[in-house]
Amino acid sequence: MTVEPAAHPPGTNDPRNPGMPLGHQMFQGRAVNRSAAERRAASMIARRSIKKAAQAAWLVNAVRCIDLTTLAGDDTADRVHRLCAKARRPLAPHILDGLGLADFGLTVGAVCVYPTMVPHAVRALRGSGIPVASVATGFPAGLMPLPLRLAEIRYAVGEGADEIDIVITREHVLTGNWQALHDEIRQMREACGAAHLKAILATGELQTLTNVYAASMVAMQAGADFIKTSTGKEGVNATLPVSLTMVRALRDYRDATGHRVGFKPAGGMKSAKDALSWQILMKEEMGNDWLDPHLFRLGASSMLGDIERQLEHFVTGRYASASRLALA
Amino acid sequence: MTKITELLTRLDYGTAPEDSAVVREWLARHAAGFGHFINGAFTAPANTFAVTNPATGADIARVSQGRAEDVDAAVKAARAAQPKWAALSGHDRARHLYALARHLQQHARFLAVLETIDNGKPIRESRDIDIPLVIRHLYHHAGWAEVLADEFPGAAPHGVCGQVIPWNFPLLMLAWKVAPALAAGNTVVLKPAEYTPLTALAFAEIAREAGLPKGVLNIVTGDGTTGAALTGHPGVDKVAFTGSTEVGRLIRRQIAGSAKALTLELGGKSPLIVFADADLDAAVEGVVDSIWFNQGQVCCAGSRILVAEAVAPRFTELLRRRMSGLIVGDPLDKNTDIGAIVHPVQLQRIRALVDQGRAEGAELHQGTAPEGCYYPATLATGVEPASVLATEEIFGPVVTLSTFRTPDDAVALANNTRYGLAASIWSENINLCLDIAGKVKAGVVWINAANVFDAGASFGGMRESGFGREGGRAGMAAYLATARPQAKRPETAPPAPVATPAESLPATPIDRTAKLYVGGKQARPDSGYSYAVPGAKGAVGLAPLGNRKDIRNAVEAAHAAKGWGAQTGHNRAQVLYFLAENLSARASEFQDRLHSFGQTQGAARTEVDTAIRRIFWYAAQADKFDGAVQATKSAHVTLAIPEPLGVVGIACPLALPLLGFVSLVLPAIAMGNRVVAVPSQLHPLAATDLYQVLDTSDVPGGVVNIVSGERDALARTLADHSDVDAVWYFGTAEGGRMIEEASAGNLKQTWAEDGAARDWTGDEGQGRAFLTRATQIKTVWVPYGA
Repeated sequence: MTVEPAAHPPGTNDPRNPGMPLGHQMFQGRAVNRSAAERRAASMIARRSIKKAAQAAWLVNAVRCIDLTTLAGDDTADRVHRLCAKARRPLAPHILDGLGLADFGLTVGAVCVYPTMVPHAVRALRGSGIPVASVATGFPAGLMPLPLRLAEIRYAVGEGADEIDIVITREHVLTGNWQALHDEIRQMREACGAAHLKAILATGELQTLTNVYAASMVAMQAGADFIKTSTGKEGVNATLPVSLTMVRALRDYRDATGHRVGFKPAGGMKSAKDALSWQILMKEEMGNDWLDPHLFRLGASSMLGDIERQLEHFVTGRYASASRLALA
Repeated sequence: MTKITELLTRLDYGTAPEDSAVVREWLARHAAGFGHFINGAFTAPANTFAVTNPATGADIARVSQGRAEDVDAAVKAARAAQPKWAALSGHDRARHLYALARHLQQHARFLAVLETIDNGKPIRESRDIDIPLVIRHLYHHAGWAEVLADEFPGAAPHGVCGQVIPWNFPLLMLAWKVAPALAAGNTVVLKPAEYTPLTALAFAEIAREAGLPKGVLNIVTGDGTTGAALTGHPGVDKVAFTGSTEVGRLIRRQIAGSAKALTLELGGKSPLIVFADADLDAAVEGVVDSIWFNQGQVCCAGSRILVAEAVAPRFTELLRRRMSGLIVGDPLDKNTDIGAIVHPVQLQRIRALVDQGRAEGAELHQGTAPEGCYYPATLATGVEPASVLATEEIFGPVVTLSTFRTPDDAVALANNTRYGLAASIWSENINLCLDIAGKVKAGVVWINAANVFDAGASFGGMRESGFGREGGRAGMAAYLATARPQAKRPETAPPAPVATPAESLPATPIDRTAKLYVGGKQARPDSGYSYAVPGAKGAVGLAPLGNRKDIRNAVEAAHAAKGWGAQTGHNRAQVLYFLAENLSARASEFQDRLHSFGQTQGAARTEVDTAIRRIFWYAAQADKFDGAVQATKSAHVTLAIPEPLGVVGIACPLALPLLGFVSLVLPAIAMGNRVVAVPSQLHPLAATDLYQVLDTSDVPGGVVNIVSGERDALARTLADHSDVDAVWYFGTAEGGRMIEEASAGNLKQTWAEDGAARDWTGDEGQGRAFLTRATQIKTVWVPYGA
């Protein structure tokens, strides 16, 4: 059932993934070899080296793709305001000048918060064009009654969230109850309305890559706009082998249906080097279209600080100190 | 500087050149040319020839063309240094090898850059693969030196090793050769390939820096004539060669009868088998790691993709996409996947073979490559089994793809080659993988992986990919000599069989005719002749005079009995115990037969008793001489499995006609081989009597075949036979030479020894050494991970 990929340019005009009925044939019997995935993940980043101006450009691109995130029990309105200020101006003016990007209008990809923090983020980002993403559905464990989870989505959307990062019920994956998983995400997608749905698979708790692949495929069949690795709260968060598996799933989904689904690794990525590694993965496996925030996000909070320091080094030739750069 | 905004629209990788200043400075310092490294010092450069960087075509150095006198000087230096080196304790040699490893580590980047400039391989590979493996090899063998006396009691070094290595992994192949040789107490004269001699010369400098004693390591540069002078040098005790099958054959012939030990690591045309339930993305990456590694200039490269028809379209699509992302170009750029072909001569060869393949109907899918000594990643589909692309080792980034239907079909296609170096098997069903791993003819099998190497794992081929192992215990053993008995009075050629009627024969109650034994049946000789078997006083009987057709039939019968090797060791043991039981029951008959040949009753009884004990011993070993799990990389089970060689031709010594036969045939069949045995030419009736015992002991037909007659003629037919996997010859020196020379045809393993040298009645007549000879190690890599 391979069809030609849809010829949509990257950008917000891509039609959303409408989903499809559950189709076991797209994932059952599809085993992912852990050793091979680990080898490919390791060699992929060893095979590519991005230096100097090219590296600066790639790091700037990573900034465009960051979902700048705060998901902590001690989040407050002012904390969210501070984060949003960083989202609007992710790099210090002298760095932007040095990069020739003073007029570029560089921002991060989105700001990601808890539902009750959405109003603060919406206010702080008004006029910036930066989408507000909210986690929902009983984040991070997701073990709340479905009606409550759906209500939470509607609440966040009602408060102005543009994107909803839902968590799946891991039990459905671990017990192979694919229909239940499909139904659940399908209903979440309906609750999102116009807001985009990012399905968090919590891959650290699914453990096997074969599970990750199947869960990815079911989430896309249920209409996810993005598939996302982790909440950031699991024991193991985004890893390259897991990401490779999910990206290959969205490639296979694209090949089979023509619909393009985005990918968001989240959690555990802290360094500028990580930002390069995940972008290399996207370029190698999917090509440049998936280096655009429309189809690729980096869910991270501390990564931006490291990127900013690397870019300052690129601009000034001197190694940077975090204390001289604005905190997120 | 390009604007960041513009770079943002493209998001290319850009260039990431490795700085080569240190190496360029080194080359500049040696602008006058390199001499040879002999006895701890460099000779003055002489008769120099240019070494080029294939990526640019520029001359980067001049090295000396080694002449016979240079080789001679190097061998003399090695000979002089050898006793003292061997007399060092294992610990002291370990300290030297450890120091070498440490110094290599400290010069790792220098060596990586130099290798890339000299060879054209991507810096990523020399930096991340070649040089780390070199260092690991030295460390590993420093360890072997340390524990040698404990692990190989009684073993001794060969003496002086003459080693000739190829240009595809110049320093790694040097390490594979030098490390075990030195660990064992040998000294070395090594000739690097003429295209890529520079890292060997740098290695010599590093050895000097690390304080390796003079003369222990000698490097002589030059072309094939230098190599031939080295391998043929009478002062060399062991020859080790890695390179083409063609040159391997020449060396085999050159040193036939010289008593030099020999290991050959030759070409390959290795299959990469993708089953329908494989992780196809993983398998695609396996192809990248196979044929688009080192520009495909890899002897063990998976160059023939065999893919299940059910998944072939999707696999091909994924492979073509992956291929299009490969970056071909400047080897010094860290982003390069495929670098330069080693030399324009090789590039021409690749082009010619691909052109021929295209003319034969192959459809080519190619990436791009820059101008110069580069060749694009190439996938050839629609390749028929007879096509040159499917049969010839291309040694370039060219892979064929064909389909199979069933596992049996896959195995048949995989083994449809003269070679047997490596195989890569892809399926998520471990049950299937291990079944296929056992059935492919290959010295190295990777399951769901490709081109994984480690010093702790044995590497080497079967069939025309050569023999001997490098790495691990088997690799270490290849640099140790087992005791080689010497005859006080060497065997001389027996008189030619006389096929005319004898003057008289002893009277028997009812006349008995000895026949050949082929495929479990008694067979009259094709010639229709019989010859007289001499006894103490005149002829004692007639034996069938076998000829080449009888050998042909026997080899066919032996192949048909392939189920023997697949039986459990226990089952084989049961049959062999039963054989001993039945021989014991007829002991007096055999004793009389031996007596009739002129032996005393006591000697005859000893021979029969020893034969029975020997059969018991090999029956006991049938389920005990087993393999190992080698300590290699994390998350890999690396199996070393001793496999039978296949069909073994055995020419028995003249003396001890029963015990000689049993001592050679039993270890072979205990390990699962099938045998075509030529019994003692003088007294074949002791062996032909045995076929009735074989019959009554449930030895399956074809496992043991007996063809009596003129030993050297029959052995020659066996040595020439392309479907015989090994020949053991116990006879005259001239016969041994003839066997070794003839074996070059399909590079079968040989074991040639003076038939009178070994005391068959004592310890020399039996032991694990026989079982080692009867088997070859198959290394199976099984990665795992939940």
